[in-house]
Amino acid sequence: MAVATTAVPAALRRKRRRERARTLAFLSPWLIGFGFFFAYPLVSTVYFSFMRYDGFAAPTFTGLKNWDYVFNHYPFFWQGLRNTLWLVVVMVALRVTFGLGIGLLITKLKTGVGFFRTAFYLPYLAPPVAATMAFAFLLNPGTGPVDHLLGELGLPQPGWFTDPSWSKPALTMLAMWGVGDLMVIFMAALLDVPREQYEAAELDGAGPWQKFRYVTFPNISPIVMFAVVTGVIQTMQYYTQAIVAGKVASGVIGGSGQQFEPGYPHGSTWTLPQMVYNLGFQRFDTGSACVVALVLFAISMAFTSLLLRRRSGFLPESQDGE
Amino acid sequence: MTTTTVTLPTTAKSTAAAKVARRRAFLHWVAVHSVAIAAALFFLLPFVFVLLTSVMTDQQALTADLWPHHWQWGNYLKVWQTPGFLTWWRNTLVYAGLGTLLTIVSSLPVAYALAKFRFRGRNLALMAVISMMMLPPQVTVIPMYLFWAKQLDLTGTLWPLIIPMAFGDAFSIFLLRQFLLTIPKEYVEAARIDGCGELRTLLRVILPMARPAVAAVALFQFFYCWNDYFGPQIYSSENQGAWTLSYGLESFKGAHHTDWNLTMAATLLVTAPVIVLFFFAQKAFIEGVTLTGVKG
Repeated sequence: MAVATTAVPAALRRKRRRERARTLAFLSPWLIGFGFFFAYPLVSTVYFSFMRYDGFAAPTFTGLKNWDYVFNHYPFFWQGLRNTLWLVVVMVALRVTFGLGIGLLITKLKTGVGFFRTAFYLPYLAPPVAATMAFAFLLNPGTGPVDHLLGELGLPQPGWFTDPSWSKPALTMLAMWGVGDLMVIFMAALLDVPREQYEAAELDGAGPWQKFRYVTFPNISPIVMFAVVTGVIQTMQYYTQAIVAGKVASGVIGGSGQQFEPGYPHGSTWTLPQMVYNLGFQRFDTGSACVVALVLFAISMAFTSLLLRRRSGFLPESQDGE
Repeated sequence: MTTTTVTLPTTAKSTAAAKVARRRAFLHWVAVHSVAIAAALFFLLPFVFVLLTSVMTDQQALTADLWPHHWQWGNYLKVWQTPGFLTWWRNTLVYAGLGTLLTIVSSLPVAYALAKFRFRGRNLALMAVISMMMLPPQVTVIPMYLFWAKQLDLTGTLWPLIIPMAFGDAFSIFLLRQFLLTIPKEYVEAARIDGCGELRTLLRVILPMARPAVAAVALFQFFYCWNDYFGPQIYSSENQGAWTLSYGLESFKGAHHTDWNLTMAATLLVTAPVIVLFFFAQKAFIEGVTLTGVKG
């Protein structure tokens, strides 16, 4: 009797322990990765943000000097934030609207759906460096085919990547060209809208706009929200296209002795990630680079927390998985 | 107008209405497809222009002519024979191939645990995965660079790019988990009753069912590595022997200042494998995009 009562909990405890060990074993690759490639570097970034360190001499404590430098003296910080805001407002909005429009267009097509879907999707696959170089060429004043066509049509031929007021619109066009990912997401969402709701709306005499406004949009609004938030997060990371476009348009690429300072032309393409590169790897100012990295982290996490809200549509049936 | 239609015999009325409806449907068809063709031009013309320029002579590539006078297919050979180009190819294949393999092997068990095990802190772990997924790589790059450069002296090789992939990739974990949630738990329970250990259940029962998701993750990761520019720029750029295509392509432009024809040929040579791969695996790829993009 006494043996039995202690034996059961012991067996249960053993089972629990085994299950915990099993869970840990399955999670272990990621647990190590989380500690090593996320937690440790994050703590280290905070540490270095208070240090003066050029990568060679031992780091020395400088208090808030790096923070003061970045916010008050680094000439590109506020300009870069303004650029980012511009990209968030214009690029993300246009890309989401355009992606939704293209998704709607596909669902309305009766002939050649497969062809159009592939054609619209293909640019998304082009590697960013390749796509950016192609656009830099297409829009290149003087030799670019698009520049040439605009001239033939009697339209203005701006300097695009070489003109500070046209460089961000040119990047926006590049982003809209690669809208395939959003198109696919919106297409799937649009096909999920229950047909009966459209039929009911038609019986009530709703026109195409009213059907979109009162049936389509309410059904897909979580996906629109998702597209906007992930778009903002991607914009915070905006790096490759901006730096490559600047390098190609300015003609300063790589060669020995030459160093390309991002932002060309006139700082109009600076973004936060490029500042981390500029400060950390071109100016050897590790501390200030870490300050910018932390600003970037704070903004990204603020938007990520929006995604983690239940209603964002990002974690559908998930919360209680099994 | 309305009164006349009312007086018409019913059969005539319905054919007239059908004719109007057919005409309207036809106009609608024309309008929608015109817009689609305009959009297709926007998406495809850049490819066409790049292709046309890539086979022009050096002189013509500098003019505003759109159509090549002498088709110089030899440009591709010239690019291919550029010193370094083959090395960049090999490096990119190693990075993308090994990176993809390691990502799958390390991410699948994590995704399985997050989808099918019950344990304390599971939601917290999931949120941590999502936070990592959204983290710009530049946030952690300074300490990581110092680690690879000062502790291990591995900068200038591909290892700082490849090794982290052996420790789970947040995006892949998330995507796989989303798919594994859709597999009914009865399969897992049946396997357990049959005496399967968890690892065997995962490999023998779950993996065959999750093949489309695994294929999608593999493709995404392969493309990620293929396209990666920031990683190679930071960790391997100091050694030309460790450059990848994305990084090399840019320097190619630097070395061929005004030879837009050669640069465009190189651009297409870097893009082509991705597009070919896409055509082979289109279905898995589209499924993957929809899977991450939430089902409402």
